Amino acid sequence: MNQADLDLDALARLARLALTPEEKATFQRQIADLLRHIERLGEVDVTGVEPSAHAHPQHNVWQEDEPRPGLTPAEALRNAPVQRDQMIAVPKVVE
Amino acid sequence: MGASLAESLSPGPAVSSPAPQSPAYEAVIGLEVHVQIRTRSKIFTRVAAGYGHEPNTLTDPVVLALPGALPVMNRAALDAIIKAGLLLGCEIAPVCKWDRKNYFYPDSPKNYQISQYDAPVCRGGAVEIELPGPARNVMGEHKRIPLTRIHLEEDVGKLNHGAAESLVDYNRAGTPLMEIVSEPALHSGEEAYAYLTSLRATMIQGGISDCDMEKGQLRCDANISLRPAGSTTLGTKVELKNLNSISFVRDGIEHEIRRQRGILERGGRITQETRDYDGMTGTSQSLRSKEEAHDYRYFPDPDLMPVVIDEAWRERLRADCPELPFDRQRRFIAAYDLPYTQTSVLVWDRPLADYFEAAVRLGAAPQAAGNWIINDLQRELASAGSAPAECRVSPSHLVALLRLIESGVLLNAAAKEVFIEMFATGDSPEKIADRRGLRATPTDQGELEGWCRESIAGNPKAAAEFRSGKDGAINALKGPVMKAAKGKASPKAVDETLRRLLAGG
Amino acid sequence: MTSSATPLHYLPITEAAAALSAGRLTSAELTEAVIARAEAVEPRLRALLSADPASARAQARASDLRRASGQSLGPLDGIPIGLKDVIAVQDQPLTAGSRMLANFISPYDATVTRRLRASGAVLYGRHNCDEFAMGSSTENSAFHPTGNPWDLDRVPGGSSGGSAAALAAGEALATLGSDTGGSIRQPAALCGVVGLKPTYGTVSRYGLVAYASSLDQIGPFGRTVADVALVLQAIAGHDERDSTSLRAAPEDFGEAVTASPVPRRLGLPREYFGEGLDPEVAAAVEQAVAHYRGLGCEIREVSLPHTPYCLDAYYVLATAEASSNLSRYDGVRYGHRCAAPRDLQDLYCRSRAEGFGAEVKRRIILGTYVLSSGYYDAYYLRAQKVRTLVRRDFLRAFEEVDALLTPTSPIPAFRRGEKADPLAMYLCDIYTIGANLAGLPAMSVPCGFTRAGLPVGFQLIGKPLGESELLAIGHAYDRVHQWGRRSPNL
Ligand SMILES: [Mg+2]
Ligand SMILES: [Zn+2]
Repeated sequence: MNQADLDLDALARLARLALTPEEKATFQRQIADLLRHIERLGEVDVTGVEPSAHAHPQHNVWQEDEPRPGLTPAEALRNAPVQRDQMIAVPKVVE
Repeated sequence: MGASLAESLSPGPAVSSPAPQSPAYEAVIGLEVHVQIRTRSKIFTRVAAGYGHEPNTLTDPVVLALPGALPVMNRAALDAIIKAGLLLGCEIAPVCKWDRKNYFYPDSPKNYQISQYDAPVCRGGAVEIELPGPARNVMGEHKRIPLTRIHLEEDVGKLNHGAAESLVDYNRAGTPLMEIVSEPALHSGEEAYAYLTSLRATMIQGGISDCDMEKGQLRCDANISLRPAGSTTLGTKVELKNLNSISFVRDGIEHEIRRQRGILERGGRITQETRDYDGMTGTSQSLRSKEEAHDYRYFPDPDLMPVVIDEAWRERLRADCPELPFDRQRRFIAAYDLPYTQTSVLVWDRPLADYFEAAVRLGAAPQAAGNWIINDLQRELASAGSAPAECRVSPSHLVALLRLIESGVLLNAAAKEVFIEMFATGDSPEKIADRRGLRATPTDQGELEGWCRESIAGNPKAAAEFRSGKDGAINALKGPVMKAAKGKASPKAVDETLRRLLAGG
Repeated sequence: MTSSATPLHYLPITEAAAALSAGRLTSAELTEAVIARAEAVEPRLRALLSADPASARAQARASDLRRASGQSLGPLDGIPIGLKDVIAVQDQPLTAGSRMLANFISPYDATVTRRLRASGAVLYGRHNCDEFAMGSSTENSAFHPTGNPWDLDRVPGGSSGGSAAALAAGEALATLGSDTGGSIRQPAALCGVVGLKPTYGTVSRYGLVAYASSLDQIGPFGRTVADVALVLQAIAGHDERDSTSLRAAPEDFGEAVTASPVPRRLGLPREYFGEGLDPEVAAAVEQAVAHYRGLGCEIREVSLPHTPYCLDAYYVLATAEASSNLSRYDGVRYGHRCAAPRDLQDLYCRSRAEGFGAEVKRRIILGTYVLSSGYYDAYYLRAQKVRTLVRRDFLRAFEEVDALLTPTSPIPAFRRGEKADPLAMYLCDIYTIGANLAGLPAMSVPCGFTRAGLPVGFQLIGKPLGESELLAIGHAYDRVHQWGRRSPNL
């Protein structure tokens, strides 16, 4: 893993994390180290091997279409940092 | 599906000609339609789905993406998309899975949307459309617009924009949504209009969605590009959003085609962008141009298991699929010899068409039944604001009414009166006719002849005119007879008697 | 009062339950003892993030009333049990050890919480952990570190360090943790208690703050294997709210522990006894092996050839899933929101930067990287294929042996701050990660102490859904040695 390949700014933007320059420098080094380790996965011969999303795959796990009571608005908004008119408030979204 | 009739009616193979005003460019349009599936509960949790409720009253830990909440899929949403796929002739995937589409937005509680990336439920298929004919009573050209895919995903919440802040209501979040993606195979606003009309009717008739665009149950984005006629490569596309009625889709697309053509004819270049069309003013404005490349980091949702759709499941739903509107129209024309205009009212309204067929199965003459349903029944339903299913006039009562008319027991005006009362009371036409004394009296030839003689005697001018060859003059003689008969004489008998007496001198 | 010399707060559940049903003890007394013990040790140990003594006392009274009217709910009725603070309890804080959720109150119960309530357990205390269960030392808690009860300068392990330490210190009779790469077993080993990670899908994850969905599993800590079986019995079973929950035939784990015969064949995977294994840990584990040999067990060396790649596959899968799972912590609907955001993006970026600690940020970025456009096949997809190979290794080994026996952790409890380098910390999990990747049940059983007095544990890894057999095998050792009943000098 070449550290230069790791565009930490782009990743932080995708992940919505404001990083300090110090954090950026530390992560740049640490994540490059980790990726160097992880790249050993490339040594494994995975020809013809099916990926496992789960250790014990099942299928058609569903519920019937019968409503159950949910949360009251008070419960739903109990942890809201800012609310108004029974809704969550955020800075104005410009499309 | 029988496309033969459509083909025979089409002037040629289904390739559109460029817009007539400018032969130089051809518009290529693809539509992305989101259709909310009508389920009782949400797609990945069992809190109720619904529209028009107080904000944030349809939530639970899953909808709000509270720490620890997990999705479990709603079987009915799968049923609905499989049914949609069967109706539109799609290939139904034997195995499909759920993927996470990662992006941050406040209407998306998890900041990822559970969707289907590389294994959608449906691939291929088509929407059959009919373009406007040369006249209202003539069938227009039919085409089949191929589909790329249909997948299932969850709807997001609703943002309400204020001056300084946006307020989020999560009631809509988690409503099951189908995304129906067409191939870029449409060429005009009119075609898009026809596509949505057909698609919408198919979804409604299949019981999949109510497709009320005002409630956001059907939402459409259009990708529009122009290319020199004859070219096979696609031009730079513009995405048109917020098209919130089928007419606005048509108008917005036409507007965008004109805008792009204007730019190209002036030698300009089209900018790849997303534009917002305002149907009220008929103008559009740029929302954002070629936004920073999204990286949605799709990956299989580890909280959900794949779906295996077997033959038995498909066939169970196939048995529940109604006939498509255009197929039904072709059958109505071929089997019942109905006029095109009648069929084009009936087939877009499944309950009305079902009512029609029930009446015909019980022995009604198709054209007469069609007339009564389209004119009288629809009028009464509209003024009562009710649906055919809850109508008190049973198909068998309609058949009985038609029999009374045919046998001359009820004359037309009387039949109309009887029908109105049938609609109001649910009583049989016989009962009403008796109660109201509306049966035409058995013909008393002597009495009828008397009235006819009086009429001829009282209108010598009309009688003379008729005798001199002016056939229409007989109508002037009928009025007094009908009046004297108080509406109980059959017009046919009156006509025959008058002619006999006039001929005999 | 019980006749046993053991202080109430150190009783195994089996004995407490016997005393409760014999009327020699009330849940009120037992709960009071646990609360008093917590108050005594917490200033030094700091295993708790929150506790509600009033609620615990009310639950204890309710239990005593039930019992008095002959309506006891079973062996856990009246037993104080604590939860790792990643498990939702209605109307109680749920922090996941993160500043992000410092003020979050859960409006709902996790499925395990409901099940514990239904079994009559007295819920007392929510335990410290590495932030969002990411770590192996509980040093990544946003609030404070937790000490190891056997040496307060050392870590209790992690990420369920608070739950292991609280149990070892007598602040509950059993606790629940969660295990994504070893987060129950490693702290169990480091604190000298039993810890079980069940087969993936055995215990519902509904209400468990997700770290890595395809690996996370809730499991019990107990002083004995028999206690762990009783708690597992209460929390296991299909849950329609978790799509990954398995529909396994119901079993009686408590019964299985005592009824099952001694195992016939145990496997020692050679890859688990190599470089990096502390000699004192190796010696203690060797003693456990000798015990089984003495019981007539056939001990075989086996090979799990893909072991060297487990850590790498784990860090790809776990961080990728975490990067997406943790997107919901955005300062919008709940959780930390930064002051005076300029706009929406500023709200997201600063709320998350302020709310998350370094380890969480590091894993989110790594996870974002491995999922980003163009890298998916090389990392995530390949790691999923390696998971298939790892699982095959295990299943092949189980054709030869009934269970695998390994060290749980290569080293005993280390000093706080000793492992500053992330990779060095990640290597603590090399023996435990395989069972998560393969979804297998695995348990750490205490097997002695180092010369410095630090606990050592060995790990048993069982077949899919082989909890009963695994518990029986563990019990065959544990009933004789009972290392988990020793109590630290605190
Ligand atoms: Mg789309
Ligand atoms: Zn969509």
